[in-house]
Amino acid sequence: MLSYILRRALYGVLILIGVNLFTFVLFFTVNTPDDMARLNIGGKRVTQEAIEKWKVERGYDKPLLYNARDDGLRALSNTIFFERSVQLFALRFGASDSGRDIGYEIRQRIGPSLAVALPTFALGVMATVCAALLMVFFRATYLDFWGVTLAVVMMSISSLFYIIVGQWTFSTLLRLVPISGFAGGWDLFKFLALPVVIGVVARLGYDALLYRTMFLEESGKDYVRTARAKGLSEQAVLFRHVLRNAALPILTSTVAVLPLLFLGSLIMESFFGIPGLGSYTIDAINAQDFAVVRAMVFLGSALYIVGLVLTDISYTVADPRIRLA
Amino acid sequence: MLAIENLDTVLDTDHGVVRAVEAMTLTIAQGETFALVGESGCGKSVTALSILRLLPDNGRVDAGAIRLDDVDLVQLPEARMRDVRGRRIGIIFQEPATSLNPVMKVGDQIYEVIVRHTPLRGAAARAKVIEWLVRVGIPEPQRRCDDFPFQMSGGQKQRIMIAIALAAEPDLVIADEPTTALDVTIQKQILELLRDLQAERRMALLLITHDLGIVAQMAHRVALMYAGQIVEVAPTPEFFARPLHPYARLLFGALPEAAKRGRPLAAIAGTVPPLDRVFTGCRLEERCPRAMAACRSTLPELRGVHADHQVRCLLFQAPFAAGAAAGGSPLSAADPEPKPMARGAPRAAEPASESPLLLVRDYRVHFPIRKGLLKRTVGYVKAVDGVSFAIPAGRTLALVGESGCGKTTIGKAMLQLLRTSARIDGTATLEGRRLDELRGAGLRLARRRMQIIFQDPFASLDPRMRVAEILEEGVASLRPEIAAASRQRHVAELLDKVGLRREALARYPHEFSGGQRQRLAIARALAVEPRLLVCDEPTSALDVSVQAQILNLLAELQRELGIAYLFITHNFAVVEYLADEIAVMRAGRIVEAGAAAKILSAPAEGYTRELLAAVPRLKRAA
Amino acid sequence: MPKIVLLATDVALLVLLAGLAAYVWHVRRTPGLRATWRSVLRDAPAMSALVLLSVCLLIALLDSLHFRPLLPQAAGAANDAAAAYSTRSYSVLDQLLKRQLEGTEKTYSAPLAYRQFTKDSIEIDGRAARDYPRLVHGGAHLTDPERQWLADLVLRSAAGLAGGLLAGLSMALAVVALRARMLREDFSAAWRAVWRRETEVQWRAILFTAILLLGAFGWIAALWSVYHVLGTDRTGNDVLFQAIKSLRTAVVIGSLATLATLPFAIVFGILAGYFKGWVDDLIQYLYTVLSSIPSVLLIAACVLIIQVTIDKYPNLYETGLERADLRLLLLCVVLGVTGWATLCRLLRAETLKLTELDYVQAARAFGVSDLGIMQRHVLPNVMHVVLIVAVLDFSSLVLYEAVLSYVGVGVDPTTPSYGSMFNLARTEMSRDPTVWWNLVAAFGFMLTLVLSANLFAGAVREAFDPRARAFRPRRDQRQPGGARRHGSRETAIAPAGGAP
Repeated sequence: MLSYILRRALYGVLILIGVNLFTFVLFFTVNTPDDMARLNIGGKRVTQEAIEKWKVERGYDKPLLYNARDDGLRALSNTIFFERSVQLFALRFGASDSGRDIGYEIRQRIGPSLAVALPTFALGVMATVCAALLMVFFRATYLDFWGVTLAVVMMSISSLFYIIVGQWTFSTLLRLVPISGFAGGWDLFKFLALPVVIGVVARLGYDALLYRTMFLEESGKDYVRTARAKGLSEQAVLFRHVLRNAALPILTSTVAVLPLLFLGSLIMESFFGIPGLGSYTIDAINAQDFAVVRAMVFLGSALYIVGLVLTDISYTVADPRIRLA
Repeated sequence: MLAIENLDTVLDTDHGVVRAVEAMTLTIAQGETFALVGESGCGKSVTALSILRLLPDNGRVDAGAIRLDDVDLVQLPEARMRDVRGRRIGIIFQEPATSLNPVMKVGDQIYEVIVRHTPLRGAAARAKVIEWLVRVGIPEPQRRCDDFPFQMSGGQKQRIMIAIALAAEPDLVIADEPTTALDVTIQKQILELLRDLQAERRMALLLITHDLGIVAQMAHRVALMYAGQIVEVAPTPEFFARPLHPYARLLFGALPEAAKRGRPLAAIAGTVPPLDRVFTGCRLEERCPRAMAACRSTLPELRGVHADHQVRCLLFQAPFAAGAAAGGSPLSAADPEPKPMARGAPRAAEPASESPLLLVRDYRVHFPIRKGLLKRTVGYVKAVDGVSFAIPAGRTLALVGESGCGKTTIGKAMLQLLRTSARIDGTATLEGRRLDELRGAGLRLARRRMQIIFQDPFASLDPRMRVAEILEEGVASLRPEIAAASRQRHVAELLDKVGLRREALARYPHEFSGGQRQRLAIARALAVEPRLLVCDEPTSALDVSVQAQILNLLAELQRELGIAYLFITHNFAVVEYLADEIAVMRAGRIVEAGAAAKILSAPAEGYTRELLAAVPRLKRAA
Repeated sequence: MPKIVLLATDVALLVLLAGLAAYVWHVRRTPGLRATWRSVLRDAPAMSALVLLSVCLLIALLDSLHFRPLLPQAAGAANDAAAAYSTRSYSVLDQLLKRQLEGTEKTYSAPLAYRQFTKDSIEIDGRAARDYPRLVHGGAHLTDPERQWLADLVLRSAAGLAGGLLAGLSMALAVVALRARMLREDFSAAWRAVWRRETEVQWRAILFTAILLLGAFGWIAALWSVYHVLGTDRTGNDVLFQAIKSLRTAVVIGSLATLATLPFAIVFGILAGYFKGWVDDLIQYLYTVLSSIPSVLLIAACVLIIQVTIDKYPNLYETGLERADLRLLLLCVVLGVTGWATLCRLLRAETLKLTELDYVQAARAFGVSDLGIMQRHVLPNVMHVVLIVAVLDFSSLVLYEAVLSYVGVGVDPTTPSYGSMFNLARTEMSRDPTVWWNLVAAFGFMLTLVLSANLFAGAVREAFDPRARAFRPRRDQRQPGGARRHGSRETAIAPAGGAP
């Protein structure tokens, strides 16, 4: 088992190297530092000197892969590839194009991101499982039918709509919570309540349908018929047998997204003015700050891969067929 | 104890309402084993599920009553029905691999029943679980009760299933094809276990099966079903000695057995009528050799002929019975014995010295097991491990063995289908050419001389191609010299050969029944005029009556075209009927090989004897 | 003669429609497919959805036939002077709704209003004052709006609604009559069959939707010629017109981006599943790398780069519309290139299963080449997965566009889209009094489109994936009481008061 997990972790590193190379090609060869400079300085007529100056200020004036003017290892390390890509593996993100330390920003912003993302995620999973179980328990009744209908309608509504209408209703109209912002202490709850609730509701329709399908798929299996043939009550069948089996894929898919929670939610954070990584990313995109985007791509992929490995681990722990095989 | 009265069960399907079970009436007494036997789709499993009210979502009981000691289960509220399930009636399902909860310890799965239905709790219930594990023959029960189903063999899983069904000591146990998914030696053990338990606890056993051999061994009484109805009920000895219904007699005629060697089997023509239509007459009428004009328009009823023997046929029903009785027993002039098949004269005179068509020497097929960080090959699954045999032209070699013994692997390896996925050693020589050394054109040429028929007729034809395209594909690939026009003529002739109409060419596979599809598969293989046909369990997915059609066809083709068969099967009845030579396989090796007659009558090896003893046989007056 | 302009997405959309038509033709002559599709046609919600989707598609199509009108010759120019064309491209839809396109106001106005939403300095009786000015176009025909407005509204609504419904009804009658004639039965029998839903195609649902839709059309048409039915936005553009124009963007994104995923997903998925071994390893590696990058970031990066490229070559396009359109097309491509991993994974799994099947083995035994097997046996048998995923993706992509546009990496700011409407709505909702109509318009149109797509996708999935049929929500339609009810499990789990 240990060797299996080790192998998956090594594979993860291999993926990360792939991501790194891919982003390097995308950001430095498809799109040259000159282009970046032109985009950032803006305006129609950009002089070559301005471009060079911009590049020197941000260290983009070095050669891409091989620095012929340096000797030995320096020839390889004093390059854009080493400074901007290889360094990421050591989690040294460098400075953003606007000159600030990306690593510092990330450390500052992870907290607020998690403050929104974690409760949203936890409550979301609970609400979804409950909704799906209800629909399955009341299978083939009007509750199931209207539940599914409602879920289909809910998943057809843009999340932007939920946010805008939610903000308007609870903040502008009812004045229950502040419209946006972030603060520590007890105020935190006031600021978080709305984004969390909206975050849960926005995903509820789609996820509840998905889980309902998983539960139903499971409850169509032979062993569920065996359980019924034992004379077990419908609750016992559902909770002891169906849920336990369906929980495996749910658990692992949950574990897979857990690390990504650190990245926060782009839209939520920017709508509700939460100073997390999501809004940081959006600001970077809007400011066309490629250094930050690159850092976030790397961080996101790394977290995704951590999720992959965690999934494998949780599978081996949770599923006796893998644990004992 | 259990009495079913006029039960109608319907299933709502895409094609409309299917009356899966109609006018089902039967009684089962305490301590009795009652067998419900019939071909697939005849409604036997639906009956079982109706009794327990475990029908799928699209099924419902439409009419009738199911009385368990005078309580009508159909009318029982669901909550009280749950007290019946497990406590009064237990059930064993067909597929032990899927019928147990995969992530629950087997001990807990039995424990659950005991806690639900008996006052035992905690340690006492635990002790009971162990007791049951001992009783169903699980070794080391203290340890194994913490095992998960995947850690057990198929036979052990079925033993667990039996323990679950019996844990609350029900009065009636329904066994729905309990051994169909198991090997014949395991089948014997499971059946013995069931018989012992039944005798020991004086419970009633409703045994549902398609295997008349099992019925003969196990049942006190038997009901034969056809197209949703019971057509005959009788005590078992009576049923096998004097079957009355024409369908029962047809079925016996279609069974392959050693005594019928060299003669065609009495296949039942046609197919079972679809059950979504309304019947105005007998359901067998179209296929029945004794059909009368009245059969088309009169619904036959299940009538007692004499004590305990009921039959649903107009021949035994006034006024028709009177006329029939004038000529003695209604069926005394029944089915003429099929004429013996003329064995091809050239085959009998075949010189023994002639080199065999296919010669296999010390053949090994090893599948690599990859493990570790770099997926290195750490070992091999030795699916076939040093096998040698030879098939002369125009003869049949039967490769028999239990599942996992490597017989199918041999078949696929002969066709060179495993080259990329396995390590293959040894030699296979077809008509003097080393198969493993062939590449490109040579391999194509060899493939013309050798083809394969698969087990599952539903998986072996591409559902999205028309029959014409399916049949032409092989010809186009292996015999490109045949022009398109004559290819079509060639393909049409093939259909004649396998007894299908030419209209079939424009249709899609799903429009055909299982037997017809298997004919198509044979036609496809014949299209390239092979000398050797690898038949990989070609009839094990088919019902007895259809199996007889396919076996007849294969025999006829061999006689006409002189094709040799490598016949891979686990079914000894089929082997006894058609094999010239037999090779018995176990764990990748051939245990015993030789002429069929010798092996069947005087097996030298213990394993062969064990296998032969495990085959359930009809003890029927010849 | 106006100059016909073929935008990149126009071409793509037309090709897509042609492909759709070819597929329909293919279905009609393939019995298996026909039978499967027939079960979609029997599904009432799916048929209502199909009517709505067809209308959306038609609007998108009308909005995809672009041209640049000929400018009138300048006075005094030589007769043989080169014809001058407008620098703006118009679509057929623009031409049809010319009044709405050109009837702009100064700024916000509420739905059906005749006065502006905000105060402005206007001249009243020669003196400057701050008041709500009359609109230039909305309600301009009213001479005494305070008294005439309501009556005018009611009258026009009634007339429009009645006209629309009447048109719808007569169309329904015509369809039924035509059906009766084709099946050679009398009209009342045909009508009964349709009403009782005994027809092969769910005509009742189709006709019902069509009648309601035509009623709505009539109503809107009657009002729209003189009012702004859904008001105007900050720059005075008609909101309903914007919402209708945005349909094309949504449809283009939904369909073209889905289409763009297919080549990668199909080719890689089948190759990986068929050859296994190192090919499989490589392709799995590729799509794991791709799916490990957060999709918004990946798309953002690509779009930023596209933006740079577009800015670098300003001579590639003649009009601003073409520039915006190029960005739209490239956005679809980016969505496609970054989004093929999921489908690829599914197809790989399906192919793995297929290659174990006997008919593929049989083809191998016949020496059919690998390419031949993939083409003839694998591809046709995985197409249902492709179809199901494609229809499901459509709606999620339409929703995704709104998010991307909000983030700023969606369509060009000049391209009308629901994302940009939501973006505007965000600030409008915090105004006091609230400007709600932009939000409502975007919400209504988007919900209609996405819900229709979802309902249709659901039916397609049920038809092509037999397993999915078991998941259909069923109302208990069985007769209450009697033996049959007890036979089913539902009784056990029905709510306490619900079971008789």
